[in-house]
Amino acid sequence: MMQDLQSIVSQTRRDILRMVHKVNSGHPGGSLGCTEFLVALYNEVMEIDIDFKMDGENEDLFFLSNGHISPVFYSVLARRGYFPVDELNTFRLLDSRLQGHPTTHEGLPGVRIASGSLGQGMSVALGAAQAKKLNNDSKLVYTLHGDGELQEGQNWEAIMYASAKKVDNLIATIDLNGQQIDGATNDVLPMGSIKAKFEAFDWIVLEVKEGNNLEAILNGLKEAKEKANNGKPVCILLETMMGNGVDFMMHTHAWHGKAPSDEQLANALSQNPETLGDY
Amino acid sequence: MKEYKNQGSKDTRSGFGAGLTELGRTNPNVVALCADLIGSLKMQDFINENPERFFQIGIAEANMMGIAAGLTIGGKIPFTGTFANFSTGRVYDQIRQSIAYSNKNVKICASHAGLTLGEDGATHQILEDIGLMKMLPGMTVINTCDYNQTKAATIAIADYEGSVYLRFGRPVVANFTPSDQKFEVGKAVHLQKGTDVTIVATGHLVWEALEACKILNKKGISAEVINIHTIKPLDEKAILDSVAKTGCIVTAEEHNFLGGLGESVARTLALSTPTPQEFVATNDTFGESATPAQLMDKYGLNAAAIVRASEKVIQRK
Repeated sequence: MMQDLQSIVSQTRRDILRMVHKVNSGHPGGSLGCTEFLVALYNEVMEIDIDFKMDGENEDLFFLSNGHISPVFYSVLARRGYFPVDELNTFRLLDSRLQGHPTTHEGLPGVRIASGSLGQGMSVALGAAQAKKLNNDSKLVYTLHGDGELQEGQNWEAIMYASAKKVDNLIATIDLNGQQIDGATNDVLPMGSIKAKFEAFDWIVLEVKEGNNLEAILNGLKEAKEKANNGKPVCILLETMMGNGVDFMMHTHAWHGKAPSDEQLANALSQNPETLGDY
Repeated sequence: MKEYKNQGSKDTRSGFGAGLTELGRTNPNVVALCADLIGSLKMQDFINENPERFFQIGIAEANMMGIAAGLTIGGKIPFTGTFANFSTGRVYDQIRQSIAYSNKNVKICASHAGLTLGEDGATHQILEDIGLMKMLPGMTVINTCDYNQTKAATIAIADYEGSVYLRFGRPVVANFTPSDQKFEVGKAVHLQKGTDVTIVATGHLVWEALEACKILNKKGISAEVINIHTIKPLDEKAILDSVAKTGCIVTAEEHNFLGGLGESVARTLALSTPTPQEFVATNDTFGESATPAQLMDKYGLNAAAIVRASEKVIQRK
């Protein structure tokens, strides 16, 4: 199983790099940092139906709040079977369903909300989670947020509401990569302890220190699932490395929203073997 | 001239509350959300009868819009309730991305719109909300004129798929439309037939237009009065057919002339039949504290102002 996931990870990294390289735009850094997490979530953890229906009844749901990491989202959805892998070739092109940031507007299977303007995903997930409760649907709602994204105030409205209203079928993951566009989060706007903040808002907080390690991620998600439905929302603080898997993209915020050159692409691809076949 | 009787003055927001209560009994998918203004929005009856389908969000309108968007994914039909100011300008990007662009079936129900909010003053009196909402692709914009119509519209939009902005108000006003009316989104309502001038009005200005019509009639001027409750999509045919007879038009609304009903009408006419038009609307200004009647008089949003505009526009033919 772990080997299968690892091969999807390698292929997804290639997809991300080739997508952003082709159109010379997009966000590879955060996408690479969250590749292991999303591959694990979609291929091992969530109970989903790839025959996509918007209402997601009796399925686990996922909402990507930090929509700029659309390359990894699109690759994971395509490789999981939501839409043809070849369509990754249309990323950010005219008339594509794969817009720069994810949207329902073009009807791409797997996407249930537009995101990109930051800070809105948790509220949407809360609504979907509360609808599940009304519908006696016991499946869970997962989300992913950037750490810099927590600077948007709407998150804290949602975080406060989630515990107050006992929305305990929600598992929100924060991508703690410590980076945002203008630099390190600690330089742009230091946020102190995010763990302490979530705990102060009465959430169950789990920490995954090795957020690019599949086994650690799976253990964290397993624990989160066990702790769900116990009266409190669950938060996973996922410590990731932006640009993971490509040596020159790691340890910097420089690749937040920048595409590699031809030479850089060749170098990056050489570090990530083709496993499932390039699109 | 048709006579319209005030069946007993009521506030339009109570029409919303009554419509929501009825929906609670008839449509199990309808849910309601409020940001700490249950009393102002008249939502208590719905809550009493359907506590499990009501979401008190607290003073967090951005979160409310996102939660409403999420609820639609589970097949719910969410009605959000707060003041017009906090339903639009405060949460524009949430509506834009999570509701309009995401094609979500959310009903944004906005009370206390315009100057008639009264004494609380300009921080709460939004006069820009119709413009904000009508610019969003796919958003339907409705501004109802009285209690009965607001109740009918509230019920009707539950079965109207798509994002809707429903605008109503705080003050007690004449209730003159039929209690058994069928509300058709996008369909203008002809109230008076006339030949000299067309008056199209929305919201609280519809009753004022009828009053203006009586005054004009005494002066020997025959005015056609049309209630445009749906500003988007606009019933362009009703407007064009009327000006084909009258040759001039007055638009009346409790809103800034920029971005309001008048601008939508002007575009319709410019593309088809350029026609003299006068705007009864606020003139690119904020409001202020006072009673609703004082404000509507000071800012020129009443029957007297519609009469003046009608006489002026007829001269321009």
